Amino acid sequence: MARVEQIERELDGPDEAVSSLTTKALMRRRMLRHKGFLFGATVLFSLVFLAIFAPLIAPFDPLDQSLARRLLPPVWSEGGVWDHLLGTDHLGRDYLSRLLYGARISLMVGIGAATVGLLIGVTLGVCAGYFGGWIDQVVSYLLTCQLALPGLLLAMSLVFLIGPSVFVVICVIGVLHWTYYLVVTRTATMQIKQLDYISSARAIGSSNSQIIFYEILPNLLNQIIVIFTLEIGIAILAEAALSFLGVGIQAPTPSWGLMIAEGKTAMFYRPWLVILPGIAIFMLVISTNLMGDGLRDVTAPENRN
Amino acid sequence: MINYALKRGALALLVAFTVSLATFFLLNFSTDPAEVIAGEDAEPEVVEVIREQYGFNRPLIVQYGSWLKGLSQGDFGESYYWRRPVLDLVIEHAPVTIQLALMAVFVTIVVALPLAIFAAMKPNSIVDRMALSTAVAAQAIPNFWLGLLFIILFAVTFPIFPVSGDSSFAHFIMPAIVLGTSSVPAVMRLARTGLLDVLSSDYIRTARSKGYRGTTLLVRHALRNAMLPVVSVMAIQLGHKLGGSVVVESVFALNGLGRLALDSILGSDVPTVQMLVFVFALIFVLLTFLSDILNAWIDPRMRLR
Repeated sequence: MARVEQIERELDGPDEAVSSLTTKALMRRRMLRHKGFLFGATVLFSLVFLAIFAPLIAPFDPLDQSLARRLLPPVWSEGGVWDHLLGTDHLGRDYLSRLLYGARISLMVGIGAATVGLLIGVTLGVCAGYFGGWIDQVVSYLLTCQLALPGLLLAMSLVFLIGPSVFVVICVIGVLHWTYYLVVTRTATMQIKQLDYISSARAIGSSNSQIIFYEILPNLLNQIIVIFTLEIGIAILAEAALSFLGVGIQAPTPSWGLMIAEGKTAMFYRPWLVILPGIAIFMLVISTNLMGDGLRDVTAPENRN
Repeated sequence: MINYALKRGALALLVAFTVSLATFFLLNFSTDPAEVIAGEDAEPEVVEVIREQYGFNRPLIVQYGSWLKGLSQGDFGESYYWRRPVLDLVIEHAPVTIQLALMAVFVTIVVALPLAIFAAMKPNSIVDRMALSTAVAAQAIPNFWLGLLFIILFAVTFPIFPVSGDSSFAHFIMPAIVLGTSSVPAVMRLARTGLLDVLSSDYIRTARSKGYRGTTLLVRHALRNAMLPVVSVMAIQLGHKLGGSVVVESVFALNGLGRLALDSILGSDVPTVQMLVFVFALIFVLLTFLSDILNAWIDPRMRLR
C-alpha cells in the first residue's frame, strides 16, 4: 500500500493542488504529469495516424517492384537517392512505403488479437468471480491448462495448418492470450461483489446480468483498458515472430516481421533492411507498453507488478 | 506434506491429459493429414485410400484414444514428413535445446539478480530507475531481431563468436544470451519487488537495529526470503525458454527441438508437432509441480493452499 501512495504522491504533487479537483480532472492532471504515458501516447498516436493515412503518405505502392532499383541504401548512406528515403528491398520495393503499410498490419493484429483475448478473458473472469463455486473452479482449471501450453509453438502450428492470413493470425493469437484479463477481472469482481452497492442493487430486484453489465463491468473498465493496451504490444511481438519464421503473414503483404526475414539474406552488406523494421516494431511495442504502464499508474496503481 | 504432493501430482496429471486432448483436437481440426501425406494435386481416390489406411476416417475421439494408447506403450507415433518414429526425432534433437535453455536460464539469473539487488538497495535512485527503464525497453525488443543484431555485430563486425551452428560450446553463447535476455525484465522486476517487501519487514528492522548493514544484511537475511517467488518464476521461465527456443534456434541455425518444430510445421507434420507441443507442455507441468513441492518444503504455509 505504501507504494501506491508513493506513486500517487509523485503524480499529484503537493496536496493543496489536488484537493479541489473532481476525479476526472485529477486523472487528466495525472496523465499530463506522467512522462512515460505522454511519450507512449504521442508515439502510439503518431504511428496510428501514419498507418491510417498510409495510402496518402506513402510515396510508392508497397508492392511495386522495380528490378533496376534493387537494394538501394537509405538516403543518408552512400548511393542513396531522395526518391527512396529509406532505400529499397531485394525486389526494388520502396522501403518507407512498406514500413508504413506494415504499421497497418501490426496495429490490426495487435488491436484485433487483444480484442479477441479481452472477450474471452473478461467473460470467464467476471463469471468466475461473480458466480464463484464450481464455475470458478472450472475457469481456474482452464487457466492452469492454458498456462501449460507452449503459446508460441501452438500459435505457429495453428496459423500455418489452418492457412496463414491476417484474420487467422488475429484469431489464433487472441485465443491464446486471455489469461491476464482473466486473472485481473476475476479478483476485481470478487472484491466488488462484496460491496454494499451490489447488495443494494440486488435488493431493488436487479438480475444477475443487470448487476454484471451495469454495476460490475463499468468498475472494471479502467483495469481492462490497461491490460488491453499491454496485450496489444504482446500480440504485435507474437505476430512479428510468426511472420519472421514464415508461418504468419505471407509475402508479398508488408509485415515488419516478414520484412526482417526477407532482409536477413542480405543483412551483412545491407544491414538497414533488418535494422529499420526492427526499430519500427520496438517503437510501436514500447509505446503501447509505456502507455499501458502509465494508464495503470494513473487509474489503478494498486495493480503494479 | 505427502498429502499436498499427491494432490498437486494428481492435478498435474489431469492438466497434462487435458492439454494433450486439446492439442490433438485443435491440430487435427486445422488440417487434413491425409491430404498432407498424399501431397499436393493428389487424386481424391488416393487421398481416400490413405484416409482408410491410416485410420483418419475414424471419429477424432477414437483416433485420440489410439494415440493415447500408443503413448502409454511408448509408441509416440510415426512422422509423415521425416518418415521416422517421432520419439527418435525428439531424443535426437533434445540435447541442443536442453543445453540452450539451461545456459539461457543461467544468463537470466546472472543479469537479473544483481540488477534487482542494486535497484532494491536504493529504491528510486538513478540505478533503480535505469534498471527499470532497461526492463521496459528489453520487453519491447523482438528477440529474433536482437539475435540478428548480435550476428551482425559480434560475428561480422567484431568476429568473436561463430555465426551459426551448434558444433561447439562457443556456438551456444550468443543464442543463450539472446534467449536469456528475454526473461530478464520479468525476473528482475519480481526479485526487486520481493526484496523491497522483505526489506521493509519487521525482522529486517530488528537486524538493522542489531547493527547489520549492507551486503551482510542483504545476503544473509533478506535475499533468502525474497527468493521464494523467484524460484517458482524461474521454473516457469525455464518452460518458456523451451518455447522461445523455436525463434532463437531458427536465427542461429541450431538443430534442436525448436528447429524440429519449425520444420515439422512447415511440412504440416501433425504427429511430430503434436508430440512437441505435448512434450513442452509436459515439461512445463513437471517444472511447476517441482517448484510447488520445493516451495511447500521450504515454506510450510504453502501446503495449506
